[in-house]
Amino acid sequence: MAEMLRPVTVDELVEAVRSTPRVLAVGARTKSRLSAVPGVALLSMTGLRGIIEYEPTEFTFTALAGTPVREIAAALAEKGQYLPFDPMLAESGATLGGTVAAGLNGPGRFRYGGVRDFILGVRFVDGTGRLLRLGGKVVKNAAGFDLPKFFTGSLGRFGVLAEITFKVFPRPASRLTLRLPAGDAAGVTGILTGAAGTRWDLEALDASLDDNTVQARLAGPEAAIDTLAGEILRRWPGRKLLPDEALEIWREAAEFSWAHPGGVLVKVALTPAQLPALAALGNALAGVRMRVTNGGNTAFLSLPSPVDAPRLGEGLRTLGTSALTLWGNAPLWPAGRDKPAIASAVKAALDPQNRFPSLDES
Amino acid sequence: MSTLPVLQRLAALLPGGRLLTGPAQLASYESDGLTAFQERPLAVAVPETTGEVIALVRFCHAERLPFVARGSGTSLSGGSLPIKEGIVITLNRLNSILRLDPAQRFAVVEPGVINAQVSVAAAPHGLHYAPDPSSQSICTIGGNVAFNSGGAHCLKHGMTSNHVLGIKAVLATGEVVEWGGASRDQVGPDWCGLFVGNEGLFGIALEITLQLLPKSECFHTVLAGYRTLEQAGDAVSAIVASGLLPGAIEIMDALALEAASAAVHAEYPPGCEAVLIVELEGPRETVAVERVRLDEIIAASGPVEARPARDAEERLAIWKGRKSAFSAVGRLSPDFIVQDGVVPRRRLGEALRHINAWSREMGVRCANVFHAGDGNLHPLILYDGRETGALARAEALAGRILKMCVEMGGSITGEHGVGVEKREYLPDMFSADEIDCMKRIAAAFDPRGIANPGKMFPVAGAPALVQHGLHPLEKAGMISRE
Repeated sequence: MAEMLRPVTVDELVEAVRSTPRVLAVGARTKSRLSAVPGVALLSMTGLRGIIEYEPTEFTFTALAGTPVREIAAALAEKGQYLPFDPMLAESGATLGGTVAAGLNGPGRFRYGGVRDFILGVRFVDGTGRLLRLGGKVVKNAAGFDLPKFFTGSLGRFGVLAEITFKVFPRPASRLTLRLPAGDAAGVTGILTGAAGTRWDLEALDASLDDNTVQARLAGPEAAIDTLAGEILRRWPGRKLLPDEALEIWREAAEFSWAHPGGVLVKVALTPAQLPALAALGNALAGVRMRVTNGGNTAFLSLPSPVDAPRLGEGLRTLGTSALTLWGNAPLWPAGRDKPAIASAVKAALDPQNRFPSLDES
Repeated sequence: MSTLPVLQRLAALLPGGRLLTGPAQLASYESDGLTAFQERPLAVAVPETTGEVIALVRFCHAERLPFVARGSGTSLSGGSLPIKEGIVITLNRLNSILRLDPAQRFAVVEPGVINAQVSVAAAPHGLHYAPDPSSQSICTIGGNVAFNSGGAHCLKHGMTSNHVLGIKAVLATGEVVEWGGASRDQVGPDWCGLFVGNEGLFGIALEITLQLLPKSECFHTVLAGYRTLEQAGDAVSAIVASGLLPGAIEIMDALALEAASAAVHAEYPPGCEAVLIVELEGPRETVAVERVRLDEIIAASGPVEARPARDAEERLAIWKGRKSAFSAVGRLSPDFIVQDGVVPRRRLGEALRHINAWSREMGVRCANVFHAGDGNLHPLILYDGRETGALARAEALAGRILKMCVEMGGSITGEHGVGVEKREYLPDMFSADEIDCMKRIAAAFDPRGIANPGKMFPVAGAPALVQHGLHPLEKAGMISRE
């Protein structure tokens, strides 16, 4: 691979963008498929790291886009705070900018929302090389268009993020995870939808479609969640996980260590009612592994090799879901993608010279 | 192209006399919640189906005819102020809840559905729609989407944008798009996120998919009175530092208290310069633990008196006093200006000291009610328009407050939007390049500049805008503002 540009200041970043006709920013490349784009220079953001402002009393921080989320999580934890969407791949080195660009949420997305719900403001370089700040630095702001949300999931194809401001919350006093066997995929859907609509205020609601087991996580004062756990276990048989066991399960989910290394990993956005059909689709593919998070609104499918990727894509299209490949040699958009005229017009507004690859270049 | 007059061809799109052109018919659409400004449109179109809305927008695009979409007209920033040479498209008749899925906790609604009606429909399933602007009994979801409306519970639950999962919209070019859907996740750029808060500059939402949340089982609401505003502010800092995450943290100052007492006979602890309202919510077991902690913090913060609501009725009374405060203060004065700038929470005390000092120095009375949890001020600046120079002084104070918000690192608007009211202040917050970037995006959605022109962006030579008196619906007690 050609030598990467690696700016260490925002000025250098602006200069690097201006001087490179075809360029894509990358962080730690923990979602390697997202930056596997032919014909562009890669711009490493790993030199632009560090927390610029953190005011625990404001529930906000601003950090350079190349900052590893692990570093941020540690700084927040020191003050008893956290990013409630549980950034994924933190231990693998994922950066804040990469997390935003990928639009990837962890299990905690279930309770208070995802990256899109906690991002407040961005400083970014547009395709004409201008350094712009949109959104705000306070927890509430309605001035101007919400470009920070638009950048969530936009894969670096509309601008390069330099700095990002997030809202954070106080960390819950304690956590408790329950493991609930569900029998089959329909049983999983039943527990997920049944548990989501209750008074329990669950923090995370995940499942494995390999063994049809649900993981439900409570968070709050210890005495309270213990009582709630008892009520949940009276409704569905299961057991409380020991603290270490629970940590390991959530770490495995966050790091995708359950997935086939070197295989294809696909994120699917769907609704809980679509889970049985998704399970049927997956089970027809050799060696598939399937995890569900976000109360059944997000699924991750891992294939041992790209051989079955076309069949998976066709099945996802038929199901009417949308999907994104995170790892492996498979189409970036396995279920295809709508291409309204407005998408090209907004791309032209932010990047008139096509300095950044389009969403179709992959 | 037909040579028939434009309005005649437009009327053909809306059989049954649903293109209003008579002066009496147009009068009630001349202004919105920002009553200072009135403009009579050419006509008001009253579509009943999404197909008709699409046909209207396509007609406007072809004819280069400006249009303003309107719900109930409660915008406080003049967001639905008509355009003289254009039409208003009123969406109140598109008021169906198309789908409500209790198991998957979402609703698909048309833009004219009233905010509170979504929660009413969801209530039998133990669910609700979280965003609660004070005008929620009358404002529409379409308007909430256009202006990313807030409410008293934004710190924990977020604004409108955080609850919109999917949007079907007709853009100003006539293109119909569908973004997102029933899933609480998506892939690719967040188009719904970009659309929410567009202030009507992109197009018209036709169907909106909203996430529903389980209703909180239990509340603990405390009202505490303090001798000084600083003490109330310090109490907020202590609560925030404690690790609790209240659903709402609100403060009212002395003038607001006086007005609320008079208007709804709310009783507040005597001799207080400020009242703090804090509300915890969640499962009863959680609230039972957290309320002890909250009560300790409040007790240690030196209140004159702290009153926890003992039942649902007392809780509602506390909120009634809070939500009536603005219209109550409005009754103290013939005219007023209301703003919703944001400052970093730790600088609330400092911001209020500045506001009070300027208020005294300039001889302009100002009441303060604010969402203390998220630093969202709501100064209400009182004046009498018949008095020479009073308006200019009130405007000068308003301008100083907005500039202070920006200088402190905050925002010119937390939840009302820029609209026409604050468009001249946008350059205080964003550079020329940043405004140019936003204009380019607006032009991508609306190359002909026909969708709600004159809103959000500064207009050279535009007159200053001022709020005069209560909105007619406020006078009738139908709505209130925060």
